[in-house]
Amino acid sequence: MAKVEEKSVATGLSDERLRDLFREMLLMRRFEEKVEERFRAGELPGFLHVAIGQEAVAAGVMSALEPDDTIMSTHRAHAHTLAKGTHPNAIMAELYGKLEGCSQGYGGSMHLYDVANGMLGANAVVGGGLPQITGTALAYKLRKQPRVAVAFFGDGATNTGAFHESLNLAQLWKVPALFVLEMNGWAESTPMSQHLPITDLSERAKAFGMKAISVDGQDVEAVHDATAEARAYAVEGNGPVFLNVRTYRMVGHYIGDPQVYREKDEIADLRDTKDPIELLRARLEISDEDFEALDTEVTAIVEASVEFAKAGTDPNPEDALKYVYA
Amino acid sequence: MPELTYREAVRDALSAAMRQDEDVFIMGEDIAEMGGSMGVTQGMLAEFGPERVRNTPISEIAIVGAGIGAAMQGMRPVVEIMYQDFLTISMEQIVNQAAKHRTMSGGQLKVPLTLRTQGGAGWSPGAQHAQQVESWFCHVPGLKVAYPSTPEDVRGLLWSSIYDDNPVIFFEHRLLYPLKGEVPEEIEPIPFGKARVMREGSDVTVIAIGRMVPEAMQAAQDAEQEGISVEVIDPRTLLPLDEEALIASVKKTTRCVTAHEAVTRGGFGAELAAVVQSGAFDYLDAPIERVGAKFAPLAFSPAMEQWAVPHAADVLEAVKRTVARA
Repeated sequence: MAKVEEKSVATGLSDERLRDLFREMLLMRRFEEKVEERFRAGELPGFLHVAIGQEAVAAGVMSALEPDDTIMSTHRAHAHTLAKGTHPNAIMAELYGKLEGCSQGYGGSMHLYDVANGMLGANAVVGGGLPQITGTALAYKLRKQPRVAVAFFGDGATNTGAFHESLNLAQLWKVPALFVLEMNGWAESTPMSQHLPITDLSERAKAFGMKAISVDGQDVEAVHDATAEARAYAVEGNGPVFLNVRTYRMVGHYIGDPQVYREKDEIADLRDTKDPIELLRARLEISDEDFEALDTEVTAIVEASVEFAKAGTDPNPEDALKYVYA
Repeated sequence: MPELTYREAVRDALSAAMRQDEDVFIMGEDIAEMGGSMGVTQGMLAEFGPERVRNTPISEIAIVGAGIGAAMQGMRPVVEIMYQDFLTISMEQIVNQAAKHRTMSGGQLKVPLTLRTQGGAGWSPGAQHAQQVESWFCHVPGLKVAYPSTPEDVRGLLWSSIYDDNPVIFFEHRLLYPLKGEVPEEIEPIPFGKARVMREGSDVTVIAIGRMVPEAMQAAQDAEQEGISVEVIDPRTLLPLDEEALIASVKKTTRCVTAHEAVTRGGFGAELAAVVQSGAFDYLDAPIERVGAKFAPLAFSPAMEQWAVPHAADVLEAVKRTVARA
């Protein structure tokens, strides 16, 4: 039978570890703010989505994974990729379309890859990565490797056929996969009320007999603990786990989204009450002085990534054909 | 030399690869106890067990996606899609995912996936179990497409597909399964992009695919009675395509007919005609003729079905039209 468990107060991480995660989340925030700024300045081509407000999900999930575990991400992939261990320089260079980018300029924001670090790709097709995470986890099971494969997706993806087929097959074959729902309540501009007939999406996992854990996605420690529990369950051969992570997108769907579909004061309210960085800062009682020092440090890293990217190499146009076939 | 049916030749390649390589496994609908809807995988469950001969739910998105995921981990899955009509259900995973990972990742990923499928008219299955869709996939950079017509070629090309580091869409024709032919004692891999001259001739080149290869051979025999010498070439793989061999043949014969069972309009014959006219324009003595099915969803009633799809007589008529022009 399916189990749906509510995680309450988590206690699994030392203050030192939490401070590391705080620094990581602040780096993500400053990175995303810089991306917004440089996009608005006209320096970044393409189509970008930032994860401001969702940092604790990326930091918390990845903090509970082992280096050999793998992930596939979504169109909103910068924070996941940073958390999986890719250097900010490699991501920023990718956003600038440079050879030094983590996908050598072939992917861009929505197709970040860093296979050596276990990042198997950001996917710009909603739900598109989920079947492949089921298959990646199948390979781990067949090869008897103690690894998990992790799919990130939003509530919008839970309406796709790929989602339902992937969860069904993963549970049927009991593969070591984690399905991490970043439940931010929006499918682009469409609110839950217009795209979901139910509010608790763990019900969808339960329908396949899958273990589901609901967790507050603004609490990095709770996310870590839930992921650690899920990972242990999956690698022990019990099957996949659905992590239902409630989080908040404190920005538009894409950079430049006028958000005509959203109340003006909603974002201000979210920033006051749900900002995962402010919540952790209060909990750890980080002084203004310490905060300034950390902020200066991560901001310098982000500034350096922009300098690195701008100094990067433009690809030869003809190299567009280089990787069509292996 | 031993003799095998086309069906046995497919099974032989699959089994031989699975005997020597733990990374090769097969999955698809009804392939285990039942041995596949065409009996291709009969007996394989007993030899290899259910972990490596995996019956799947009716979930074409998840089956193909899971194959991609396992392939990205370096396994060599062979996925069976029961009828090629059902490839349409998994199109997103094939076109947006399998075909693009290598380029989008800047060369970090390989997808050594073989996707076997079959179909074809001739037994009145109606419009959703008989169409030929090989040309759809020839339009997708990153895929390879094979469509062998003899037992020897299906065995050697399937072997090469399994050991190719790219996603291969491997077409078999339902009516070819009982066809018998000599095969080498040991499996000899057949390279992609190498056409086979099935029959030499001097007046007209017929480039035929799939079931139309034996039909073209029949037409060539019939033409010989009328004093016309027909060369029949089977490209065997459509992507990559052995353009050189086709052009060289037409330079010799000065006339060309293309023949496939798929509808003529937008079919692979159009690509073949373009390749030939561009490479052998100064040698052509007649417009290139295309033989294919009439432009309609395939009707059920045998008389309509047989009228709509091409046969040896249609190839013969096209051959005579090209000769009449000279």
